[in-house]
Amino acid sequence: MNEQQSTTTTPPVIHARGLTRRYGDTAVVDGIDLDIIRGEVFGLLGPNGAGKTTTILMMLGLTEISSGEISVLGFNPAREPLKVKRRVGYLPDAVGFYDQLTATENLAYTGKLMGLPRAERAGRIEQALRRVGLIDVASKRVATFSRGMRQRLGLAEIIMKRAEIAILDEPTSGLDPQATQEFLGLIGELKAEGITVLLSSHMLDQVQRICDRVALFKAGHIVLMGAVPELAVKVLGAGFVVEVEAEGPGIARRLAMIPGVTQVETLSADRFRMTAERDVRPDAARAVVAVDGSLRRLSVDEPSLDTIYARYFQDHSAGGVRHAA
Amino acid sequence: MRREGSPFQGMSTVFVKELADHISSVRMLMLELLIVFTALAALYEAINSLRQNTAEDPFLLLRLFTIDQAPLPSFVAILGFLIPLMAIGLGFDAVNGEHNRRTLSRILAQPIYRDALLMGKFLAALATIGISLAALWLLVIGLGLIFLGVPPGSEEVARSLVFLAVAIFYAGVWLSLAMLLSTVFRSAATAALVSLGIWLFLTVLWPMLAPALAQAVAPADPRYALLGLNDPATAVWTQELLRLSPNDLFEEAMLAVLSPTTRALGPVFLDQLRGAVMGAPLPFGESVMLAWPQTVGLVAGTIVLFAFSYVLFQRQEVRA
Repeated sequence: MNEQQSTTTTPPVIHARGLTRRYGDTAVVDGIDLDIIRGEVFGLLGPNGAGKTTTILMMLGLTEISSGEISVLGFNPAREPLKVKRRVGYLPDAVGFYDQLTATENLAYTGKLMGLPRAERAGRIEQALRRVGLIDVASKRVATFSRGMRQRLGLAEIIMKRAEIAILDEPTSGLDPQATQEFLGLIGELKAEGITVLLSSHMLDQVQRICDRVALFKAGHIVLMGAVPELAVKVLGAGFVVEVEAEGPGIARRLAMIPGVTQVETLSADRFRMTAERDVRPDAARAVVAVDGSLRRLSVDEPSLDTIYARYFQDHSAGGVRHAA
Repeated sequence: MRREGSPFQGMSTVFVKELADHISSVRMLMLELLIVFTALAALYEAINSLRQNTAEDPFLLLRLFTIDQAPLPSFVAILGFLIPLMAIGLGFDAVNGEHNRRTLSRILAQPIYRDALLMGKFLAALATIGISLAALWLLVIGLGLIFLGVPPGSEEVARSLVFLAVAIFYAGVWLSLAMLLSTVFRSAATAALVSLGIWLFLTVLWPMLAPALAQAVAPADPRYALLGLNDPATAVWTQELLRLSPNDLFEEAMLAVLSPTTRALGPVFLDQLRGAVMGAPLPFGESVMLAWPQTVGLVAGTIVLFAFSYVLFQRQEVRA
């Protein structure tokens, strides 16, 4: 899958080759190759238990590496964990805080562990809490915080750390839709500041919008990696699905003649679904007009990761290679 | 291959935070109240009986620690029983508590080693116990001054300070045990129950089981029984078995240090006592020498148990 990597001259901030973690005989992470480029939002996606968290823990030097190599910002996390952990922020899955302490006190504790100088600490904490919108509850005990607030407090910790890489494990799981949107917005702000964001999730559709590139995990392997549209072309054979509702003679034939269209399905007498490599809506409209038909609706479905994932495993289980979960 | 940086980076931060948590926690308050009230009751009885006793005693202050007036045991015996409870109370959820609160991976993602977290927690709990015991020690001396009106001699103060030091190491053994169990068991309740079980076994059941086991290992020679004497082999076995319990080590060390007339802690033959002036106190240095093996045993127990939890914690997976 290396051919999909963007051609950049800067070295990747996270670089893994043949990374493997075995517990006894079972490999939880099995020989994955990964290059994450500075400033991108990279998604580790896949079902629970596919090896996403273990991969993240190996990047932080929090679990042993059975074989293979990994470097984070040029450091080996197994040998120089402090250098890595000083530059990388981590928001664990279902992050916890000390309930009896306030939000500020919790951040002050980790701030001290990070070795932030006393003079800077208070300012950075306030700034971080303001960024995530928790400044009003800064002196409330964390015991009263909702799941979404805890998640944002975890993000405030990464902002306070001024991390170069933010690693977020399942940041949106268990959040209500509004909290999810707010959180995804905060991730977008991190990206805008040039922070590399690595996030893992099992909610493919939720995170696909903010990820520049994704890696789909399956039983310890990365089965697909790249930008979502690229993957769509590769797996679905097309990136776009356009639905046309129109009346007129020979529309189906006309639509099929548009360059870039790979398939036209006739759903009913006046409804057609086209799969195409690009957004062919203007061409479709012209085609309908050309036969003097009446165009009623023209819609495009962006390729969804769910579809890509499902289709990929459908194909492979049909071939008897793997079985889908 | 050496790790980069110091394993103690961040330890003082963990220490200060844990110490503040312990001192302000309700749990610690309850444990302190329990100990202070029981100890005060024992002291009250001791003071009462000492006031009626007009005989000259060069170690009046030390008698406060050791005198037992039925139905209450002596101050030292009460501490021997309650210090483990306090140590277990502070240590049983040290590691699994972080797991269950899901703070462990977040804390370990900061630029510190696991060493700092475990050491900081251990030292903070030990310091909490040390502070409480020092306060209790001052209380005893103060009450002694007020109610007995006899200023303590320098040797009495020295002996009672040794008591304080040994008591802290005794607490250390139980604290290490509780922290070891908190590393082994993911559930804090299980760790607490197992620690309390071990505590009850060693303080209540073991003193009864040890003589029975000694009888089984080295049955008493009937010739000694005919003479109405204990078989020395059985007696030695009983004592060696009893010494497996930190409780017994603490009591023996305290006997040597706080009762200056104690000459030996094991069975003695009559001919070994030839020439001894019975009832004469040993010098301070000799008493400390007598208590030394027991003290070293307690220190060693603390270190060994801590080393086990250290190794286990280093190898443990951080993910919940």
